[in-house]
Amino acid sequence: MSDDFDAMDEILREFLVESYENLDSLDSDLIVLEEEPESSEVLGKVFRTIHSIKGTSGVLGFGRLERVAHVGENLLSRMRDGEMIFDQGIATGLLQMVDAVREMLGAIENQGNDGEEDYGTLIALLEDLLEQSVSGTAPAPVEAATPVEPEPEPESEPAVPEATIEPVAKPVESPEPKPKKAPTEQKGGSLSDSTVRVDVSLLDQLMNQVGELVLARNRIMQYGATSGDPVLQSTVQSLNLITSELQEEVMKTRMQPIGSIWNKFPRAIRDLCVSCGKKINLVMEGRDTELDRTLIEAIKDPLTHAIRNSVDHGVELPADRLKAGKSFTGTVRLRAYHEGGQVSIELWDDGKGIDPKIIAAKAIEKGVVTQEEADRMSDRELIHLVFAPGFSTAAEVTNVSGRGVGMDVVKTNIEKIGGTVELKSEVGQWTELKIKIPLTLAIIPALVIEHQGGRYAIPQASLLELLRVEAGQASKRIENANGARVYRLRGKLLPLVHFGEVLGLPDSYWPGEKGADEERSWNIVVLHCDDQAFGLVVDGINDTEEIVVKPLGQQLKEIPVFAGATIMGDGNVALIVDVLGLGKKSGVFASNGESSKLVEAHEDAQRVASGATMILVEVGEHGRMALPLSSVSRLEEFPVDSIERSGNKEVIQYRGSIMPLLRLSDLLGRPSAAAESDKVQVVVNGEGASSVGIIVDRIIDILETNVDPEDSPESAVIDGQVTEIVNTQAVLATAGI
Amino acid sequence: MVNQFCTFRLSGMLFGVDVLKVQEIIQFQEMTEVPLSPGVVQGLVNLRGQIVTALDLHKRLELEDHEEGAGKPINIVLCTEGGAVSLLVDSIGDVLTLTDEVEEVPPATMNRRTRELVTKICKLEDELLLVLDAEKTVDLSLV
Repeated sequence: MSDDFDAMDEILREFLVESYENLDSLDSDLIVLEEEPESSEVLGKVFRTIHSIKGTSGVLGFGRLERVAHVGENLLSRMRDGEMIFDQGIATGLLQMVDAVREMLGAIENQGNDGEEDYGTLIALLEDLLEQSVSGTAPAPVEAATPVEPEPEPESEPAVPEATIEPVAKPVESPEPKPKKAPTEQKGGSLSDSTVRVDVSLLDQLMNQVGELVLARNRIMQYGATSGDPVLQSTVQSLNLITSELQEEVMKTRMQPIGSIWNKFPRAIRDLCVSCGKKINLVMEGRDTELDRTLIEAIKDPLTHAIRNSVDHGVELPADRLKAGKSFTGTVRLRAYHEGGQVSIELWDDGKGIDPKIIAAKAIEKGVVTQEEADRMSDRELIHLVFAPGFSTAAEVTNVSGRGVGMDVVKTNIEKIGGTVELKSEVGQWTELKIKIPLTLAIIPALVIEHQGGRYAIPQASLLELLRVEAGQASKRIENANGARVYRLRGKLLPLVHFGEVLGLPDSYWPGEKGADEERSWNIVVLHCDDQAFGLVVDGINDTEEIVVKPLGQQLKEIPVFAGATIMGDGNVALIVDVLGLGKKSGVFASNGESSKLVEAHEDAQRVASGATMILVEVGEHGRMALPLSSVSRLEEFPVDSIERSGNKEVIQYRGSIMPLLRLSDLLGRPSAAAESDKVQVVVNGEGASSVGIIVDRIIDILETNVDPEDSPESAVIDGQVTEIVNTQAVLATAGI
Repeated sequence: MVNQFCTFRLSGMLFGVDVLKVQEIIQFQEMTEVPLSPGVVQGLVNLRGQIVTALDLHKRLELEDHEEGAGKPINIVLCTEGGAVSLLVDSIGDVLTLTDEVEEVPPATMNRRTRELVTKICKLEDELLLVLDAEKTVDLSLV
């Protein structure tokens, strides 16, 4: 007997679990259907769900549930057959049915039967709807229907949910929106058919395990690399691939689209507008951008506060906007996207901007800075004073924001998760808040460096480039500006920081100082944080690897220079450098807020690298020219003696064939300015038998540019200088090759 | 009431901690030093994939440094609220089971630092056992 009960119990439990899940998606499906009555797929899905509920409830003896579901099924069946069209009245009725089913399921769960409710009125309503033919006159809903609000479309903000039968039209600009009931809570049903509910702690455990696996993989890779056993090495390789993929997949499980927190904003903004009397259009781009769920949790509050600020202090009252020649409705734009290993979130509004003078005045008044300090600060620094604790320019402290704790907390919270915040504004026109956060906390690619016997990991996201200064060159190239060391990098000054010095290690000398080893070469790691760059002088540079970030204990958390620790492939512990902390401690990030020219140049280079990669050469005195890299196969240096003549052309024996040589300087009628040397620099074009060597004075660099070779431009700005573009085809043709 | 203590020696003196707070005892491990860390922190240790901070208990209790050649210190890894922390000690003693009859409050004449961290003194036959409060010992914010 008890077996029967157990079996029943099992069936009942399954029925409940499945039905609850289905009901959730039913809500959103019905709303979708209202928008797209043609969608037979969704209609079919809804029908099947109701049908199965009806069937099982009948078998299990839940008469009421069966009856209600039955009527709903009939309705859906008619529509599936095309005899009826889905409209708002039907949607309302069916949604009510879903609520009723939910109620009954609840009763089943708690009491074991489908409750006492009659649902007569509901059934009657549904039967009425059934009566309507295609010419349908929509019946009046039995009660004030919960307004059917489709997924908040950003463009239709402020959406006015009105609890009447009026179709949800694009809202008319009414000065006073009057909602009667809160909009139906958007059920976040997933669109895929099969999803699984997993406990978040289980996912966290999974992440940890994967982290450990990555560490173990790193160790085996080290071992395998040196073992020389081919079987071991190939096995290690597959282990490596599998681990990387596994790591990626598990990361994905923790990723959530940022839209999940953004969904609350349209409503929040609408409410704020109502209380402030402003009109705002909210635009959201990139809601699919995914973030680790812990990060999403962490930015929810800061972002909400920032938006409140935009509405409260940024966007002006409609009357003021019109006076200023702006549109009646203000715009607030949220944009999220991935960029260089980080997620960027931009909050832009076309409000009155932030006036550095007003900020300065307020800051002086609050005692945040002195008059002298304020005078010395740039506009950018002044604007960033809003992040100082105890600051607020709100003429009155509203209960929305203005308490003076907001922006400071925003900045601290963002920095706590390893992110950065930046503010830009044009007075009277717009304000932009840019938040950047690292994509994932746990496993990051890092560059391992060595200094005085210790190993340290630097997150690759902060890395710009690596430089090496050869022994003997050091004293010349690492210049001393009254105590501050700098390096001239492509014409711009890069402040330098000696790693050993910042760490307080003994024997940390600069070249030229007593005790420094003048025979050694110097390694400089160019790092950046936000827009500021600096060079870190270290003893040695190892590889880049993926490391698992482990937090430091309470005893060490306070050290600003370290962000955590990791276990290297050989089992030793290495500290992870916090670039921002390092910059602040060493003083390079002190107060000068001017965007480092170096970082700007890098960003520019990245931004415009949509064109061809060019190789930059020097031809003749001061003659800079560029050749498209695509046609270049090799860069060579040949001894002058090896150049031979064939007829009146210069050639050279190269890779088993005779390669003709072209002196670019001759061809272009410029005297070569190359110093007398026993070597020539040659850019080899083409392959094999058709290769041609182009002799230049000097090979300068290889750069990504915004030049489109298709346009055959004569010159372009490359690396900040006007450079002639060599049309390789034309040149070769002229030379008769 | 009966308590069990894991005992160890520091500069000849006998100390102990609640045995329930002790996760494990391991030999001296190679440590990674942490520049800019408080002097009490000796370094970081890799404990089966877990990174554990090691504290020099001599410094923590402000005892004189132990003599050179005294051998490598032993790690007593404690399981604390903030995670695993290791204490570096000279040598390990036995686990002692003592009744609270032999316990006494530390005298007021004891130096400040020791009094902060020692919760009680147990009178053994030949010597005194100073019992440390594990949580307070690893909490450097109180320094």
